[in-house]
Amino acid sequence: MGIVQGKRALIVGVANDKSLAWSIAQTLAAEGAEIALTYQGEILEKRVRPLAAQIQADVIGELDVNDDAQIASVFAALKEKWNGLDLLVHAVAFAEREDLRDRFLTVSRANFAKSMEISAYSLVALARAAEPLMEARGGGSILTLSYLGAVRAIPNYNVMGVAKAALEACVRYLSVDLGGKNIRVNALSAGPARTLSSSAIRDYHSMAHEVEARSPLRRGMKIEEVGKMAAAVLSDFSSGVTGQTLYVDVGYNIVGV
Amino acid sequence: MAQDIETKVREKISEQLGVAADEVTPEASFIEDLGADSLDIVELVMALEEEFNIEISDEDAEKIRTVKDVVTYIEAHKS
Repeated sequence: MGIVQGKRALIVGVANDKSLAWSIAQTLAAEGAEIALTYQGEILEKRVRPLAAQIQADVIGELDVNDDAQIASVFAALKEKWNGLDLLVHAVAFAEREDLRDRFLTVSRANFAKSMEISAYSLVALARAAEPLMEARGGGSILTLSYLGAVRAIPNYNVMGVAKAALEACVRYLSVDLGGKNIRVNALSAGPARTLSSSAIRDYHSMAHEVEARSPLRRGMKIEEVGKMAAAVLSDFSSGVTGQTLYVDVGYNIVGV
Repeated sequence: MAQDIETKVREKISEQLGVAADEVTPEASFIEDLGADSLDIVELVMALEEEFNIEISDEDAEKIRTVKDVVTYIEAHKS
């Protein structure tokens, strides 16, 4: 009997087998949840389908989080499939590669807005679509992924950090709006992980080395540690936790000099 | 040793891109000849980093176009 036995989970943001969202999907599946995955575009579809098969997950459809029609169609398909939803994982972010290096202040108005929309507004849009389905199940748990760059100025993280700060604020406001319906909303702030997303950040390796050298646990974070913590925070074991940004970063955020 | 690296690199490329080993010739370009998309290249760089326990900088990763580029890079950086 797993900690999310029988729960129905939608996971948005699996790109490949290095994705944090994939680690979450694997852990939830191992802990007894039924999983639905989405993909963004053909290039990712060919990566997501074989992964879905490994955990008997249903690929419920294509989902570009900027496309309201696709959001509506994915949630209509979920309603048809399960007539409800217990867990939602949002693992989506975007910044132009050119904005993940050098100075933050050079970011253009258009790029800034695009990062905000894809990385922060998308959580609001998905939470709104999930609300009636979770209500039908008597409550639910929503989880998104953030990074320390939301609250500290991290070299090269730049506009992504600003968008993650907005995302963490969205978590707080959403938790208030949805709390009355027994829907919890939290974020995991993960340590650096070598994923497709982080590959766009200039000089990723030095971020990772810094954590290995100075974190309390004196090592890097393992991707599966995000999956395990996500399962705990999504499960009823954390029924008293909402509106939080929880660190899964081998302790790095508490260290000063 | 050099032969070893080349063999391993070609195996890794074949596995990562899902192409037959005999297509992975030294002059083959990932995108034009082996049908790689932009994410394949990023994934390949990560797979090579893991396989050979090295770190490939962004600048160097951007220069990699052919199988030979990879072999030369790894031979030069593998300690």
